[in-house]
Formats: sequence, structure tokens, C-alpha cells
Amino acid sequence: MTATATPKSGTPAAAEGVNVTIDGVEVSVPKGTLIIRAAEQIGIQIPRFCDHPLLKPAGACRQCLVMVATPDREGNVREMPKPQASCTMEVSPGMVVSTQRTSAVADKAQHGVIEFLLINHPLDCPVCDKGGECPLQNQAMSNGNAGSRFTDVKRTYAKPIKISTEILLDRDRCILCQRCTRFQEEIAGDPFIDLQGRGGGAPGGAEHGMLPQQIGRFDEGVLGFSGLGEGVRDVAETDNMVGPDGDAGLLSGISYTVGSAEMDATGRPFSSYFSGNTIQICPVGALTSATYRFRARPFDLVSVESIAEHDACGAAIRIDHRRDVVLRRLAGEDPAVNEEWITDKDRFAFPWQSLPDTVKTPLVRDEETGELVPTSWSEALALAAQGLAQAAADGGVGVLPGGRLTLEDAYAWSKFARVVLGTNDVDFRARAASDEEAEFLGHKVAGSSMDVTYADLESAPHVLLVGLEPEDEAGTIFLRLRKSVLAKKTSVTTLAPFATRGSTKVRAAVVTTAPGTEASTLAAIAAGGGELAELAEALRADGAVILVGERLAQVPGGLTAALELAGATGARLAWVPRRAGDRGAVEVGLLPGLLPGGRPVSDAEARVDVATAWGLDGDRSLPAEVGRDLATILRDAGSGDLAGLLLGGIDVEDLPGAGEAERAVREAGFVVQLEVRTSALTRYADVVLPVAPPSHKAGTFLTWESRPRPFGQVFATSSRSDAQVLDMLAAAMGGALGTHSLESVHRELSELAAWDGARQPAPSVPAEARAAAEGEYTLATWRLMLDAARGQDGEPYLAGTAHRPVVRVSAATAAGLDAADGDRLTVVGPLGSVTLPVLVTPMPDDVVWLPLHSPGSSLYRMLGVGSGGSVRLEPAARATTGEVLR
Amino acid sequence: MSDETKKSPPEEESGQPRTSSELEQPARGGQSIDEVKGVHAPDLLPEPKNAVEKFVAPVAGFGVTMATLFKPVVTEQYPREKAPVEPRFHGRHQLNRHPDGLEKCIGCELCAWACPADAIFVEGANNTPEAQYSPGERYGAVYQINYLRCIFCGLCIEACPTRALTMTNEFELADQTREKLIFTKDDLLAPLREGMLAAPHPMAEGTTDGSYYRGEVTGPARNSVEWVRENRPDEPSLDSAAAAAERSGATK
Repeated sequence: MTATATPKSGTPAAAEGVNVTIDGVEVSVPKGTLIIRAAEQIGIQIPRFCDHPLLKPAGACRQCLVMVATPDREGNVREMPKPQASCTMEVSPGMVVSTQRTSAVADKAQHGVIEFLLINHPLDCPVCDKGGECPLQNQAMSNGNAGSRFTDVKRTYAKPIKISTEILLDRDRCILCQRCTRFQEEIAGDPFIDLQGRGGGAPGGAEHGMLPQQIGRFDEGVLGFSGLGEGVRDVAETDNMVGPDGDAGLLSGISYTVGSAEMDATGRPFSSYFSGNTIQICPVGALTSATYRFRARPFDLVSVESIAEHDACGAAIRIDHRRDVVLRRLAGEDPAVNEEWITDKDRFAFPWQSLPDTVKTPLVRDEETGELVPTSWSEALALAAQGLAQAAADGGVGVLPGGRLTLEDAYAWSKFARVVLGTNDVDFRARAASDEEAEFLGHKVAGSSMDVTYADLESAPHVLLVGLEPEDEAGTIFLRLRKSVLAKKTSVTTLAPFATRGSTKVRAAVVTTAPGTEASTLAAIAAGGGELAELAEALRADGAVILVGERLAQVPGGLTAALELAGATGARLAWVPRRAGDRGAVEVGLLPGLLPGGRPVSDAEARVDVATAWGLDGDRSLPAEVGRDLATILRDAGSGDLAGLLLGGIDVEDLPGAGEAERAVREAGFVVQLEVRTSALTRYADVVLPVAPPSHKAGTFLTWESRPRPFGQVFATSSRSDAQVLDMLAAAMGGALGTHSLESVHRELSELAAWDGARQPAPSVPAEARAAAEGEYTLATWRLMLDAARGQDGEPYLAGTAHRPVVRVSAATAAGLDAADGDRLTVVGPLGSVTLPVLVTPMPDDVVWLPLHSPGSSLYRMLGVGSGGSVRLEPAARATTGEVLR
Repeated sequence: MSDETKKSPPEEESGQPRTSSELEQPARGGQSIDEVKGVHAPDLLPEPKNAVEKFVAPVAGFGVTMATLFKPVVTEQYPREKAPVEPRFHGRHQLNRHPDGLEKCIGCELCAWACPADAIFVEGANNTPEAQYSPGERYGAVYQINYLRCIFCGLCIEACPTRALTMTNEFELADQTREKLIFTKDDLLAPLREGMLAAPHPMAEGTTDGSYYRGEVTGPARNSVEWVRENRPDEPSLDSAAAAAERSGATK
């Protein structure tokens, strides 16, 4: 597809080989290859701790010592006098390497290093979470001595330290390999921990005052130089774990003062959205997670490869479960997608799938009491079928499947709406949306193959982000962009109201854009004059990419302008939704004007094509008129124009006008809900049919790139996927959906795949000029990665690591309101107000930023407006200091 | 007499039917099987030799019985009298306690790992300042041994790093239902001995888990007793533990 070959990460593109001999085996490797990698290529394992293929060489642990000989000027191969670290030394022509397999010196050196590393290691393997999967444990057995000659007292620290609510640090176990600090610095860009001190911590610290070398936050209390004398800690103690001495564990970072936005929900300095990766790459048990702490052992666990369900990035994960309980998730390895990193949300937010509010049996409304009561599948299906058939005949049924479905389930929803309910009133977009977006999706996104991939982002000379905050909304994209930016291959520009933490970390140039003015800014870039000429030029470069987030749908003319800019500059355009099922839903036509494979509803040929594939005969055809979108469906269901609703996994808090939406569902005639967990809408449903969460079913998510990410079933359960439930419901209504198995769905999907007919026309919506009234501010908002979403329920340790919600205003605005950092401001909207601490941020004076759906800041319900809306500001009472910490 | 017959080589008792393999062997020296049989066939029973032997012959078979009458009885009067077993007999397991009553089990699951029958299920958990069950950070929150599976091989007790799990000499492990044969932590925990303080309670002041493993803690510490008195005043083991703490404090 793309002509440029993408070089494999870590190895230079140059094909010239270097011939080296390792343990008598000759191997030719590319120039610049490290000795340890060259050895791997011929199957020779050199022990190592600090070395990681995705991190820069450090040579910190010295475990990988080998003997190296190189030819001198006369060509005589001379051995270096001492062993060399093979993880930092590149191969050179004619090099002769002897590893521990052939060199007694190298072997002895490695044994010595292990013995040194174990001197201060507590050897508490029985209580350590890493025990059983620990590189130190394994390599001490394979490359170490059985005994130690060390007879003195080991150096100890107070422990465990809760770096954040999720990450625990045990400094005794640490071997100072610095994988964690290098990951945070090189990959995530949040150096919340670092190496401190020097030396081994010789006795008599009170006199010489030398801080032993250790990993940690810069915390005076923990580091022990706060001047309070030995044994006195000015850090708070945690209440839910103790150290080996029975004293409470320590909280880190309490006395450390930073801007309030840089705090997490518990008041510590914010660590990172990617901090969980440090646990996984720690080669000892120094970093562990609070969630998994002491819960299981590696040999208890059954591992299943899967795909993360929290965003549209499709990160590969590994699910470890024991006795039908998921205990942890780890990053999977997929160089094409997430490499070896995942977000903390993908890693820790899994309890939602097995919370007590899971619907286990079908529920129907009792005729006498009006309560939902458990019943049998046959009764529930019969009642649902009867009610839906009646509603379809009376005025139609609106179908709102939500955006978290697998491709197969989404297909079943699409087919069910069209074939069984005979309607195009179907919309997956459980969020702020527009007709323009529907047209854009039909025109540009649906049916398109992988135009832009992660590899393309990595090789793109320039990436423009519009309505997208990758660190919050697509963590894998963020990491890939950052990697490429740090490698000086890519530059990034973002259209945003201010320079976010995430855009700073990808060194993005910020084109300051108030919400609602993106369209005109995009048009200005396309016009290419003035300050933006350079940006337009950058986008004309071969391989440049424009990434538009789903938030751009809220800007009239935004997606039109993005298409025009892409056309004018030749840059490739990709749409990045937030939810795992969004891209698949577009593909199978869960939109009022779209059929599977990008076929427009308005195209008679496309309808016939689909009807033929679905086996509809002459008198039964597909509905021809474009259906209602989500907002219209809810309005008409509330007013009675639609007689029924078929709801999928929808959180009412995601919908603009959350209160109205809830009222509409309450007023709606006949409501059937297919849900994993009881939600706010369940209480208005007439029939609730339980469906399987992702771990209970197999399926496929499409990433934002349109890359299929199939995953298997983790647990053998009797729960049914949406596709199976809809298949049974169709059967109960006298039809046949044929979506009972993945095979049948895949067969139908492949039949419907190719559509070379006309697409929906491109949207053409003019940009609107916005002018805020006097005393009013334009609201900028998006969802933070960790917020009050239901997908993060049941995981308090993760919630503690979320950004603390704040109000961001410009310095002038803050001055006008006599507010400083940390004071509280009240943002007033049409429905009510939100009061949060202020964070003064360089941003336009007429814009105020709030998180969309964080604890205490659920804007659709509390304010009644979303991004681009108008709000007023009022000073609130002074902040109370000393928030409750955990 | 009987010894001699036992020791006599089998070919002399050729009254017994031969095995098929023997029959298939080629006869020695070209003689037929019948010839060989004829040459070596002894009598089935030795003929009584003299009159006395002839007289007692009908009751000779009771000789062993009569002799045994005067030997010590080996019959076990089992349900009424329990026979002692060897000291290292592999019986029911026990989860031991440190001298101050804290549990030795740290929930490390090494016993479960070692178990060839997959009979042990363990789940660890955090000790907290409010509930310290064992010295150090971790304790066994769930501990189950399934005696329907256990083969009493003892690998579990060899794997235990804290000597928390040992085997008692108790062998009466039969019951009516399967559920009852899955022993939980309550069933397996050693009873509190005199002077022990029931967990949870804080570790002795100034000690680490290492002090416990080295045997430096010999009884309940005053701070542990005080803590329990404050938090669980009705604890039955409190009085004896307090007395023990006083005694050890006095001897120090």
C-alpha cells in the first residue's frame, strides 16, 4: 500500500552486515546491533536485567558481561582485558565474543554480579509477587552460586511505599536496573520516579548523611533527609498494608507541592497513565501493584491473550485468571499496535466485568408490582418479541446499541434493526454527534481499509491533531507519536485551547483554538496564509497525517473543513474514536444512513446488494429512507412518535442532555435492554436481557485504523453475546438472523465486504462564527483517561491515580475573578453548576476548561452543556486544605 | 518342618501344574516330558512316618493356632483404643503459630505449588495495622486442604519456608460429605497454647519478621497485649497472654 518500507524498530535500515563470531558461531547482523541482540539471533541467551529491547541501553546491572575480542590494526584478534557489558556494546567487524557458555572468565564474572546483586536483596521470594516469574530468581538459579559469602546485615529501607494508590515500591528488592525510570522518561514522558543518591548506603548514615542509591520520588520524608532526625517520618502512613516490621506502609509525595492539576485524585503528584508498565518490566519485585498484591502466584494463573476493551487502540493484553476470577491484566506484545505497552486503564480497569450489579438472568417487569423480576430466557424472549413486534407495528422501534460492541455483535444489531424491526432508526453514537459526522463517517470512514496505521504515524513527517487529546483518549497513539517525535522522525501540531500535558510530551506545536473555531482554523490552514503557512507546508509533505477525534463532530463544519484540508494538502486523514466498538459499528452500518460495508441507505443498488446477501426475497426489502439519529430517536421515543426502544450498553451520562435522555427512556413505550450490568436506564426497561462482557465471549474489535483485533473467550460461561441474544430474539419474533455463531457472522461479513459503488457524499457544512456573550465563557472539555466512567468501576486503586478534576482558566480570567491556583471556582451552566479548584493555564481568555465526566464534574447532567457551550464563572468559597488521603 | 518345605526348591513340588512356558520348553536331553515327570515326581504330601505322627495328623494343622495362643496379641482394638503411630507419621496438617500467637503462614502458596495432588488452595492478603495476622507483610487469608485429594506425601511441609505447615499424627480423616473433608483455615490452625495471644495483633515492638523466624520472639509482647486489650477486650486468650507477657518482662 505505502511504498516506503518501514524499518523494524531498533535496527537500522541499512542492510550492510557485520560478521561476528559468538561462541564459535559466525553470524551476520546489521551494523549497530548490540552484542546481546546478535547473540539472541543465534539462540544464545546472555543473562540480563536492565536490558530491554524497547529502551535505550543503560549498562546498569552489569549482568550481561562477556569476553570480547576485536581485531587490531594488524588484524590480530585481541581480547579486551576485562569482561564487557554486551547490552551496551555494538558489534564490530571481526569481533569474537565469548559468552558464559565458552568463557570461564565471563561465567565467573556473571556469577559474581549475581552474588553482588543478591547482597542487599531481601530474598523474600515467598512473599514477593514476582516470585515464580522473576528474572532475578531465574537467573540466580541459572547463572548464580547456590550460596552467598555475605554474612553481614543487609541494608533495609522502610517499605512498602505507595508511590501512587496503584504502584507500590519495595526499595530493598530493587537492583537499580533503572528499567522503570527509563520507561517513564523515554516512553511515557512522566518521570515520576528517579534514581536518587549514590553508593550502597554505608553504615553510619546519620553522620555522613550520604543517601544510599535508590529509586523513588523526591520525597524528603521517604528519603530521610527532612531534618527531623532518624526514625521520624513526616510522610503519612497507609492504612491497608504493613512492612516487615509490622509498621504501616508509607505514602510518598505528601509534602511535595505541585500545581493542583498535576495532582492525582488522592493529592499526590500525578504519576502517569502508563505507570503499570513499570511493574511489568521490573525484573525483580520492587514495583508491584496494589490490586494484585498477594492475590496469587504465577503458577495459579491461566493466561489468555486478549484485546483491551477500553479504547479504539486495540492494545494486545494478557488476561491472567484463577478460578474464574480475573486477577490481573498484562501488556501483550504486538509490534504493529501497542509494542509492549498498555495504558493503566487497559491494565487495571477489569473488575467492571464481574461486579455484583451484573445482570445474570433475564428480567421482566412484573405486571402487578411494576418491579423487574428474574425470569426464564424463554419467557423474557417471548415478552420482548411480542412487545417489539407490537411497537414496530405501532410507530417503530429506535435502536441504540452503544459504542462498545464487538464487530460481530454490532453486525447482529445492524441486521436485526434492518431485517427484524425494518427500520433505519439506529445510531451507535452514544455521545455528542451530528449529521455532518454521520455523513463524514459514511463518506470517509466506512468501508475504508487501513489507510493510516500506527507504523504510518511513526513514519509520518508531520501529524496534525484536531479534536483529539491522544494521552487521554487514545493512549497507544500517544506513545507511538511520542516515540516517533523523540526519534526526530515526526513533528506534531495540535488544535487545542491550551498546551496539555500530553501535547507537551509529544512536543506539539499548539495552534490555540477555542472550541467551536476548529473549522475556521482548519480552513485557514488550508488557505495557507500567515502563521499557518508553515503548517500547511508540513502537511503537504509525503506521509503527513491528520488525526481527527470524535469530538470534532461537535463543531459545525469541522469535519468538512478537515476533509477539505486533507484534500488541499494531500495529507492522509484518519478518524480516531474513543470506544473500542465505534470503528466496527461504522463498518457494519450502525448509523441511520449507512448499511454494512459503507453502503449508503439512499443508494437503491446498495440496498439490493445487502438484501440479497441477507436473503430477503421480493416483497421484503430494506427500509429505504434514512433513519433517525440518537437525539431524534430519544426525543421521538419520549414523545411517543416511536413506540419502542431497543437499548444496548449505553451510559446515560455519556449523552448530551443526560437528564432529558433519561426522561425520554422513562416515557418511552416498550423498552428492551441488552446489558452486561444494570445501568441507570435499566429501571425503565420492560425486558432486560443479559449479555456477555468481553471476557465471556469471543469477538473482534476494529481499531481506529480499521485493523481487526480478534480475541478469544476467557471464561467458559453460559452467558451469550449480543449476536446470540439478538439471534434468539429474532427467532422468537418469527425471523432468522443467523448470527448465532462467529463463523456465520464472519461468512456474512465477508460476503458484504466489497462495495465498489458510490459512497455517501462528503459533508458540506459551513463553519459557524461563534461569539460569546459578555460575561460568558466558551466551555472546552473532554474526557480524561481515568474518570467517572462505569468501565472503571470497582477499582479504587486505579481511581486514585486519576488526574484531580480542575477548572482551567487563563491568568486574566482568574485575575478578574480574584482567584489563584487552588482556589475554587464555580462554573454555571443552564442546568446547574460545578465547583472545582482553579488551575491557571495559558489559554484564551474567553475559554474555560473542565473534565467532561470526572468525579464531581459530570457536565452533561450538572451543567447541561458540553464542548463549545456557554457558561458563566463565579468565585466559590476558599479551598479547604488537607484533603483526605489514602 | 514347615520351614524346610518352604525352602524346598519348586521343582521338587512338581505335583503343581506347570506353567505353559515350562511346557513349551524343549525337554532336556531329548527325553519326553512324561519321562522327565516320571523320574522326578515326589509325593504330594509326605507320608506319616511313625505312630505318633499318625495319631496327631488330624489336628496337626492347629499347631500354628496353638502356638499363637501363647504369643503377644497383635490385634488392634482400633476404635476403642488408638494405636500410637510413628512420630513422623504423615497425618492431618496443622498451621502453626509463633510463640506469641501470630500465625506462621505467610500465604506464599509454596505448599500448593509443591502439592502433586493439587489438594491445597491458598490465597494471600495484606497484613494491615488494624489486622496483623502474621509477622511481616503477608498472611494466608484463605487456606484449604482437600483431604479427598491429599495423598499425605509431605511435600507441602517440606516446601513451607516458615515451618507453618506441619503434619500431625492424626489419621482419622473420614466423614459423611465431601464438603466436610475440605479443611479450611479454622480447622487447620493450631489451637492457642497457654500464653499465646490470638491473632490478629501487632508484632512485638522493635522486631521484624526476621526476628520471628530466628526464634527471638518467645511469647506475647506487652504492646501486643495492650493492643488486644484495647481493640478486643473480650478476647479469651488475653488473660493468659497478659500473664505470659508479664512473666517474660520480669525475667528480662
